[in-house]
Amino acid sequence: MESEISLTVDGVRHDLVVDTRVSLLDALRERLGITSPKKGCDHGQCGTCTVLLDGRRATTCLALAVAHDGADITTSAGLESGGTPHPLHQAFLDHDGFQCGYCTPGQICSAAGMLDEAESGWPSAVTTDLARDPVLDAEEIRERMSGNLCRCGAYVNIVAAISEVAGRRSA
Amino acid sequence: MTNLLSPSAMGTDRVRVDGAAKVTGRARYACEHPVPHPVYLHPLQATIARGTVRELHTDDATALPGVLTVLTPFNAPPLETGTDAELEILQSPEVAFRGQLIGAVLAETPEIARQAAGLVRARYDREPHDVTLSADRDDLYAPEVVNPSLPTDTHDGDPDAAFAAAQRAVEATYTTPMLHNNPMEPHATIAIWDSDGLTLYDSTQGVHAMREVVTSVFGLEPDQVRVLAPYVGGGFGSKGTPHANLVLAVLAAKRTAGRPVKFAVTRQQMFSFVGYRTPTIQRVRLGADADGRLVSISNDVVEQTARIKEFAEQTGVPARSMYAAPNRRTTHRLAALDVPVPSWMRAPGECPGMFAPEVAMDELAEACGLDPIELRVRNEPETDPDSGLPFSSRNLVACLREGARRFGWDRRPRLPRSTLDGGWWVGTGVASSSYPVHSAPGSSATVRATGGGRYEVLIGAVDIGTGAWTVLTQIAADALAVPAERVDVRIGDTDLPEATVAGGSSGTTNWGSAIVEAAREFRQKFGADPHPGDELTAGMPELPGHERFAMRAFGAQFAEVRVNADTGEVRVPRLLGVFAAGRILNPRTARSQFIGGMTMGLSMALHEESVVDERFGFVVNHDLAEYHIASCADVASVQAHWLDEHDPHVNPMGSKGIGEIGIVGTAAAVANAAYHATGVRVRDLPIKADEFLEEAR
Repeated sequence: MESEISLTVDGVRHDLVVDTRVSLLDALRERLGITSPKKGCDHGQCGTCTVLLDGRRATTCLALAVAHDGADITTSAGLESGGTPHPLHQAFLDHDGFQCGYCTPGQICSAAGMLDEAESGWPSAVTTDLARDPVLDAEEIRERMSGNLCRCGAYVNIVAAISEVAGRRSA
Repeated sequence: MTNLLSPSAMGTDRVRVDGAAKVTGRARYACEHPVPHPVYLHPLQATIARGTVRELHTDDATALPGVLTVLTPFNAPPLETGTDAELEILQSPEVAFRGQLIGAVLAETPEIARQAAGLVRARYDREPHDVTLSADRDDLYAPEVVNPSLPTDTHDGDPDAAFAAAQRAVEATYTTPMLHNNPMEPHATIAIWDSDGLTLYDSTQGVHAMREVVTSVFGLEPDQVRVLAPYVGGGFGSKGTPHANLVLAVLAAKRTAGRPVKFAVTRQQMFSFVGYRTPTIQRVRLGADADGRLVSISNDVVEQTARIKEFAEQTGVPARSMYAAPNRRTTHRLAALDVPVPSWMRAPGECPGMFAPEVAMDELAEACGLDPIELRVRNEPETDPDSGLPFSSRNLVACLREGARRFGWDRRPRLPRSTLDGGWWVGTGVASSSYPVHSAPGSSATVRATGGGRYEVLIGAVDIGTGAWTVLTQIAADALAVPAERVDVRIGDTDLPEATVAGGSSGTTNWGSAIVEAAREFRQKFGADPHPGDELTAGMPELPGHERFAMRAFGAQFAEVRVNADTGEVRVPRLLGVFAAGRILNPRTARSQFIGGMTMGLSMALHEESVVDERFGFVVNHDLAEYHIASCADVASVQAHWLDEHDPHVNPMGSKGIGEIGIVGTAAAVANAAYHATGVRVRDLPIKADEFLEEAR
């Protein structure tokens, strides 16, 4: 069974016909050739496929494309504006927050979504005072970024990179 | 002695040359290269651990619209056989382990391929299988050599008599579990077999190594095969040698009349046919005099291999060189089981083989009433105990001392189970690290002037996340005596000069030495102001020091561990490593290598274990939800430091490999810290909460 859908990815609209079994990740990678989101497990266990889906971070391997007709998707590539890297891109470069780079676009999309969540006052499992806006210290960042695995073991640099961006946003 | 290259770009902190492509996701990994009209491959895997495929019913699969064909052992193209049973798939109906590749569906989309694979029905003649490793099996055997070609056993003096007579002794069995490499990018291949020959986009640690195997298995000439791997999403050894998935992709490409075949291995499939670290059982005996001077060291290792192909991990090897003792023995015995073929995983030999002895050293320190650092210092050898050669440099003691200072070791309570903080037992531990300086011939590099003072440097190396691309740029810049901004390094393609595999922490030594030689000869021939287009290719020179010296990098790792007094939960708030690894060529990427290794070592200490269901012979926790690797929340402070070590003998850069030493010793440091926290000695990895709860009962 096939369905016609449209997806807007990094500001560009795509109309496509998909088998209803196609995941959003495979629609991006195999149908549209958009490979910034990666496939690491296909089961929502590693986070490499994370994008911003209608503004919120989401694992695209767990989403069916047909269920997201009309969605607005931002990949890590789309976080750049006019050739200028996003502050998270720059911070990951500055802190060497990656090695092989395969989990990195997902880490960056996840971090972008996570910063917005925290700014909106969303608590995490380690937030102690639910009445106040959470402060993104290292423990909060580690907890909130634990859906994105990195086998190269760049976590301490990832946390340093995100801390720097979080600090600037809250300053 | 080698004349060391004068450093200018080397040693400076530089952002990765491939960084911008990676953070945005524009870097194209194997299966991401745009190709026209690809065919998708979904593999068929054996669902028995031993026996014969009697029939494969493929009619339902082939009847499905969009299915092109189903490859089976009964219709697959022939391969050159007789050399590597792991790779010679679909050549016979025999099944040697559960999950073995026995066929493939080729279809127009991944969804159709997967659905069709589920419609294929296999009938088997089943035979009893045996997948159970134990040290008391009666069929253990001694391999001829252990990886890569080291003696299986070593024997010096009379270790048993010396142990029996020793004033202080530790004798214990330690185990490490089956571990899976699990790089974040699963193994993946695009194979295109058309009139131009065979083109492979492959996720590999060595393009030339892959080509060599493909030409041999398929009876091709090197100029008929091109392998490209500009970006690789990690490997940790599992992509260092080709596995059966590559062969299956090429077999399929033979059947698609030039259409590209895409085979992206799933995470679950990675637990069946892309290698893993064998479980190890290590019987360690340490004997010492009352002052803690070792008189006897032995490590008798039992581990597994596959019935169809031998891989003998060199787990006993590190005990041969670490500490001085007149009487020493190491042995390796294998059980050949109906299991997938084990292979390289980050620091094969050294990683598991430093866990057991370094925990035993902690136990010996306690038996001698000595500080664990002091015990190690007292047993520092003058020369390499194994070869008798002098070390080109050995700064283990300096690493221990510097680490102790940075870590605050002097504040450590002497007795275990001394500190309870808010319901958590707190302790600290130390272990040594070591990794050999490997080199191998076979790399060459081309230097080409491109005009305007710019140069291209070409070498078929692969950057699997190590930073090689960046570091080779720095080496080339210094070798040509130009700023790094004027050098473009091209890697990851068999059309470039031949390069060794990214493994054994040897890439920088092999590839860097070739680049230095090519640059030297280029300048000799063309001078400082060459014409655009001037180019020269040279091979890696011999490194004479490797005959005259024992060469190893050393390190000391410190861990702080907290164990919850009620639940047994283990946390590691702090890891600190100090390493002596020659000249550090790029502090930024080097630090990442060290902390990355330490983080994987933490993961090994607390989380990782492939659990085999012995009834069926497969890994039950075959995904990332159940095979746990350290996540962001598991990793708090990880610091890596290094000594300024001058070693003129290792290579022209003065560098030692750093990709693997970070994982060596970490798990022992954590286990030793857990003991110091709780008084419970854990000798079996991973360290689980239950160990501490049993003590509480």
